[in-house]
Formats: sequence, structure tokens, C-alpha cells
Amino acid sequence: MNEHAVAGRDKFNWRSKLINPVLDKEFRLRMRTPRAMWTLFFYLFALGLMSLSAIYLTQGMSGRGAAFNPEQSKILFYFLSMAQLGLIAFMAPGLTAGVISGEREKQTLNLLLTTQQSSATIVLSKLVSSLSFMILIVFATVPVYSMMFLYGGVSPKQLVLVFVFYLFMMIVLGSFGVLFSTLLKRTMISVISTYGVTLFMFAGTAILFFVMQSVMDQARAAGTISATTSYSWVGHIIALNPVGALYSILDPSISDQAFMVNRWSGNTQPKGAPMALWQEFMIVFGVLAIFANWMAIRNLRPRLRGRTGRK
Amino acid sequence: MSEEKATIVYENEAESGANAAVEAAATPMIEIRGLARSFGNFHALKGIDLKIGRGTVFGFVGPNGAGKSTTMSILATLLAPSAGVAKVDGFDVTKHPHEVRKRIGYMPDFFGVYDQFKAVEYLHFYGASYGIPKAEREALIPQLLELVNLTDKRDAYVDSLSRGMKQRLCLARCLVHDPDLLILDEPASGLDPRARIEMREILKELKLMGKTIIISSHILPELAEMVDEIGVIEHGQMVAVGNVADIQSRLRVKRILHIRLLDRLEEAESYLEEQPFVNKLLRDDRGIGIHYGGDDSDQAELLSGLMGQGFRIVSFSEAQTNLEDVFLEITRGGAADE
Repeated sequence: MNEHAVAGRDKFNWRSKLINPVLDKEFRLRMRTPRAMWTLFFYLFALGLMSLSAIYLTQGMSGRGAAFNPEQSKILFYFLSMAQLGLIAFMAPGLTAGVISGEREKQTLNLLLTTQQSSATIVLSKLVSSLSFMILIVFATVPVYSMMFLYGGVSPKQLVLVFVFYLFMMIVLGSFGVLFSTLLKRTMISVISTYGVTLFMFAGTAILFFVMQSVMDQARAAGTISATTSYSWVGHIIALNPVGALYSILDPSISDQAFMVNRWSGNTQPKGAPMALWQEFMIVFGVLAIFANWMAIRNLRPRLRGRTGRK
Repeated sequence: MSEEKATIVYENEAESGANAAVEAAATPMIEIRGLARSFGNFHALKGIDLKIGRGTVFGFVGPNGAGKSTTMSILATLLAPSAGVAKVDGFDVTKHPHEVRKRIGYMPDFFGVYDQFKAVEYLHFYGASYGIPKAEREALIPQLLELVNLTDKRDAYVDSLSRGMKQRLCLARCLVHDPDLLILDEPASGLDPRARIEMREILKELKLMGKTIIISSHILPELAEMVDEIGVIEHGQMVAVGNVADIQSRLRVKRILHIRLLDRLEEAESYLEEQPFVNKLLRDDRGIGIHYGGDDSDQAELLSGLMGQGFRIVSFSEAQTNLEDVFLEITRGGAADE
């Protein structure tokens, strides 16, 4: 009877299946410090302040007592979505770029590495725990978004897609953070490197896109390249930009514009964008995120077989 | 050869039976052959050989930077050797690190703790990390806390524990999965005398439990009374290995005598230099120290001779030689060789 009861308990002991010791430790320790509460507070405070300011300004422009225009609500939603993306880009490296190097600096990593936990368990648990906290924060902002629904203009589907994109961004930036944290000994250097990559994703790709587009436009104007030569490939550059990708969810026509579709009617430009910017973004960075995690798992412990381990 | 044997024993655990137990007992707990490790141009280990039997308490001594921690890190699967073989219980640390980790409890010289954990949670975390079911941990952890005298601190946050308590908690952590081998790198470093005594008492208990312990220290007297064997390492090479008495007997210093005289110190020194079995004289403010190679009867002859010469002797005593003397003698010899 007892054995059956124990067997039954084991059968439904999903917690032990889903939550390994490292994940359990990360969850407990993260929420035991006041830092978690303050991070949540300041995030919501910043986003709330931005939303209220935006509403105030939009209302001001519409004139006192004027009804809220759904079109303006849409703009506000765009603004909020971009602001939230910026906050995620700011938060994700900070939360993940120290997860391994922090343990190394606190001299707890070696103890963890001599346990039976696999490198994959340690790295992925660290990532999942950081992601969970970020998800908590981002989902805590849902009530701020609900303000949009008061005025209309935004569909729930759009909202869901935007949140899926946020989740993807957190995974990507988190994976880069964990990778740098594993490869680099110092947390400070790891954080700087992760912010560097983030900055390149946001600013670098945008600058590169505009520069390349300008160069090609001028080349066409100067006759260096023929008028029928397609250079829609510059769209692939902006497809690597998170702002461009998110905007393509909010306004799908931006993908065609990025690939210069219909820019010159009657010429040989392609008839449609090869894929939406956000789709290309997810494919490229999905692969990179998998690669980053694989590299982190591979480099967490010294390579004993190759005898090229590092101190 | 022995590695293959160990793998077979592990994989066919159910059918191995008594033969496997005998074979396992015959396998040394630690076997190191030609182990080398370089960091760039610096050669931390230069091909050391070592065998440590089961149940042995092995004192690993040597000056700072000699290669103790590097050897221990390799045994703990935290560092890859540049050359050579290191095996724990027959398992090669580079080929079967997972098996090695099951068998070792490692305590590094410097370690951190998760300050936000309570002592009991800390042990639960490591227990779970070694795959011990919760029900077993519930029974085991109070025993471990009792062993390291931290029962009254079970619900205290690790942050609030003293350095000595943290060291003891870390030792309990090493034991949570009941490993056969404990690799303890300077476990008493930074502890006050009281905490050192407590740590030593715990290690004695572990020795009684039949654990194989490899323990490094540069504070040699701490080890003297509990180690079965010592290995002296210097500049990445094993200078001497064996039990303390063997090593002492291999050295020319068998005993150290100390003589205090009222006067005529220089005359006494000249006289002693000519006597048999006197290897070395060390003069200080309080008298003359003699590294003496003779036995009791020779020693009695020496005293009679001194008295016969009319020296006014205040005291004639034999100083206890300890690990420190042995270590200094060995490493001094090594330095002279260079």
C-alpha cells in the first residue's frame, strides 16, 4: 500500500522532473535579495512613466477634452513596444552576463563543477532562471499595455506577437550573456561584451543598413551600377535589427519597404519581400542563440580529453 | 589496464560480486603516472608519480606554488593535465570524469558559499546536485551537521557563519554523497587555533570511517599526528614519498639534540665537531643544536664524553623531530641540489 503511494507520488513528481537543483537554487536565491524587488519596481516605474508621459503628450496634442483617437492609441502602442524592447535590451545583458563568471568570482563554480550536474544543466538552468525573472518583469507590464485597450486601435493578436518577440529577444540576449559569462573570467568584461553585441544589433545594423542603402542609391544615380541592378539584399541587414524586426510585426508593410519592393515600378525589383523582417531575424538569431548556448556548455568545464584545458 | 578493469566492474555491478570487491580493493585509490601540467612557459607539474592506497590519509606538503593545488585540481577533474595519467579508483580523470566526480569530495583552498542559503539548504542543494533523493537527504543532513558540529546552526544563513564554521560546512558538503576519496586543499588555512583543532578532530573521525584522504597543508605540525603517509612536492616534482618514520630514517637527521652550557661554548663546539654521528651543529643564544645520527647508546657516550671534558652542562635534551623538520631537511636538500 505504502509502496503504491510512494510510486504514485514519484509518478506525479513533475517538480523534480522540471526543476533541477541548479534551477531551484537560482529561483530561491534570486528572490531572496531585495534587488529582485527593486529591479521590478524601477522597470515598472520607468515604463509606467513613459506611458503616462506619452498619453499626456498625445492628449495635449489632440486638445483638451478631445476623445482619444484609436490611431493615436496605435502610435502609443508602437511607442510603448519600442520602449519595452529598449528596456529588455538594457536588462537582459545585466541579468545574464554574470551568471557563470559571478560564480567563478565568488569561488563557488569549482564546487558546482565537481557535482554530478552536467554542463548543459548548469548553463541552461542559469539561462532559464534569468529568463524567468525577465518574463516576470515583462509580464508585470501587461497592465500598462491594458491602457491601450481602453482606447482601441490595437488587436490582442498584435499584443501576443509582440510579447512572443520579447521572449525571443530575451532568449537571444540572454544566450549571448551566458556565453560571454562562460568564456570571460571577469563579470565586468562579460557585461561590457554583451552590451557591445546588443549595441551592434540595435545601432550597428541600422547604421550599416542606411550606409549601404545610401551607397547603392548613389551608385545607381552616378550610373556605376545599372538602373536595373537589384540591391534588395540591403534588406537583409535591417532584418538583423531588433527594432526593424519588431516594427515589421506592428506594420508588416515595412518588410517590403526594406527590400525596396515597388520602389521602382516596372523594373526588375522582386515582387515581394523574401520573408518578413521579423521572420528572418528569428531564424538568424535563433541559430546564433543555439550556437551561443552550445559554446557555453562546451566551454564551462575544461576539455579534459583534448588535454587543452585552461586554468 | 586497471582502468578497463574498473570500467567493467562499474558497468557490471550486479554480477561482479566478491571478485569485483577484491579487485576493487587491490586498485589504489589514487594512481598518478608522469603527471605534468604547464601554464604557458611555467611548468607547474613536471611528471610526478604517486600511488595512494585505500583508507590512507596522505599528507601532501610543499611550499606555496610547489604544485599541490594543481595536482588536486587535476584529480578533481577541474584541470586537464598536459601529460601523464591520473586515476581515481581506477578511473582516468580525463576519460571518465563523471565516474571520478561520484567518488570524490573536493574542498579547494579558496571557496565561496551561497550566502543567501541556510546551512541546511546549502547541504540540500549539493545533495540534490549529486542526485541524492530528498527523503535520503532529510535523514543524512542532520548526521552531517552533527559530524561537523553545526547542528545548532542548521537554520542559520551561511552568511552569518564564522570562517571556521564555513570550512566545516564545506567539509560536510564534501561528504554529502559519501565519497570514498576526500581531496582537501589547505582545509585549515585561515582558521584560528581553536577552529584548527576542531577541523583536525573531524578529520580524525573521517579517518576512522575509512575514508581515503589527501590533504595538503603548509602548516606541517597539523598533519603530523594523523597522516599515514606524506608526499613532499617542490618545484612540481615529488621530492619524497612514504610514511613519516620511513622518510625520517632515510634522512641523515635521526634526532636533534640540544645542549645548554654555562660557559666554554666555542670549545664545546670544536669538541662536538670531532665526535662521530654529529652531522651538523647549530648555535644559538641558548646553546648548541646537534643533528645527530647515532642511537641511544651513542648519545649516552656523547654525554659522558662532554662531562669527561669538564664542560658545565645545564641541560642535554633530545628535541622531537616532526614533519616540519623532515620537510625543511628535504626541501633544503632540494634547494642545494639546484
